[in-house]
Amino acid sequence: MNGVHDMGGLQGFGPIDREAQEPVFHTDWEKRVFALFFGGFAGGFYNIDMFRAEIERMPGHEYLRSSYYEHWLHAIEALLIQGGAVTHAELQARIAELQAAGRKEPH
Amino acid sequence: MTSLPTADTAMSHDHDHAHGHDAPLPEVVLRVKALEELLTEKGLVDSAALDAIVDTYEKKIGPRNGAQVVARAWTDPAYKARLLADGSKAIAELGYSGVQGEDMVVVENTASVHNMVVCTLCSCYPWPTLGLPPVWYKSAPYRSRAVIDPRGVLKEFGVDVPADKEVRVWDSNAELRYFVLPERPAGSEGLSEAELIELVTRDSMIGTGLPKPVGAAA
Repeated sequence: MNGVHDMGGLQGFGPIDREAQEPVFHTDWEKRVFALFFGGFAGGFYNIDMFRAEIERMPGHEYLRSSYYEHWLHAIEALLIQGGAVTHAELQARIAELQAAGRKEPH
Repeated sequence: MTSLPTADTAMSHDHDHAHGHDAPLPEVVLRVKALEELLTEKGLVDSAALDAIVDTYEKKIGPRNGAQVVARAWTDPAYKARLLADGSKAIAELGYSGVQGEDMVVVENTASVHNMVVCTLCSCYPWPTLGLPPVWYKSAPYRSRAVIDPRGVLKEFGVDVPADKEVRVWDSNAELRYFVLPERPAGSEGLSEAELIELVTRDSMIGTGLPKPVGAAA
């Protein structure tokens, strides 16, 4: 499929931003997404090709605006919902609960 | 900023601000937490198993594996021949095989050819030998430009390839991943395999860098 993910030869993305002493993961959520990928894979909910295809189907503007592990999260969520592991409603409800709990937590 | 904001870099700083007073958790953190909680409750994943995966890729799998492959190839001509003939098999001899490294092709840098690797479509990278890719490798600027201006990219990385030396760019994909066998540094003839390993950098195996010169390693 042709799309913005097919970046070879595109121009105008600017200099390459390199980080000295780069950690393997930058945040805890990246670690969890990385590991959850294996969870869904081991559970038989998708294979690598399905995973890549899901990322490549992301709308171009979202793809460019989001990070590498956000691409992963997008694909994992979509494939787990398609595979029946979780429903969209369950996810939305849990996110709302966590959000409400977070607001109540004393700092 | 003249370039499109690649979120790979923009997002990397978000966590620094996520724990301020009354700051709501970023949406992405909530999504990940919700997903992990639900999958755990349904018995589809186990948090300890997820921790073990993270630990493996943070601490056990990294470019030091690839450096051992390179050092072996530099010191053992028969191994080097096997490595160039069938990368996957020769790398597996040293125990480095598995996810995202199933089909490996090793390309050799010589006096007349410099090789470099990119994945224009996403981020294909040989995990068992190099670990997980750095952000720049997955970023739009590198993926887009490596194939149309490799010498310019190399210059940005501090690698000046003489005009009479050919530059070959290899586009890795999900089925096949390339690995660069860098040139053995001049003056390294007397070094042991263990000493040679110290000269091999991650970028020298991607082709965006060169091994350290003899004497530079600790």
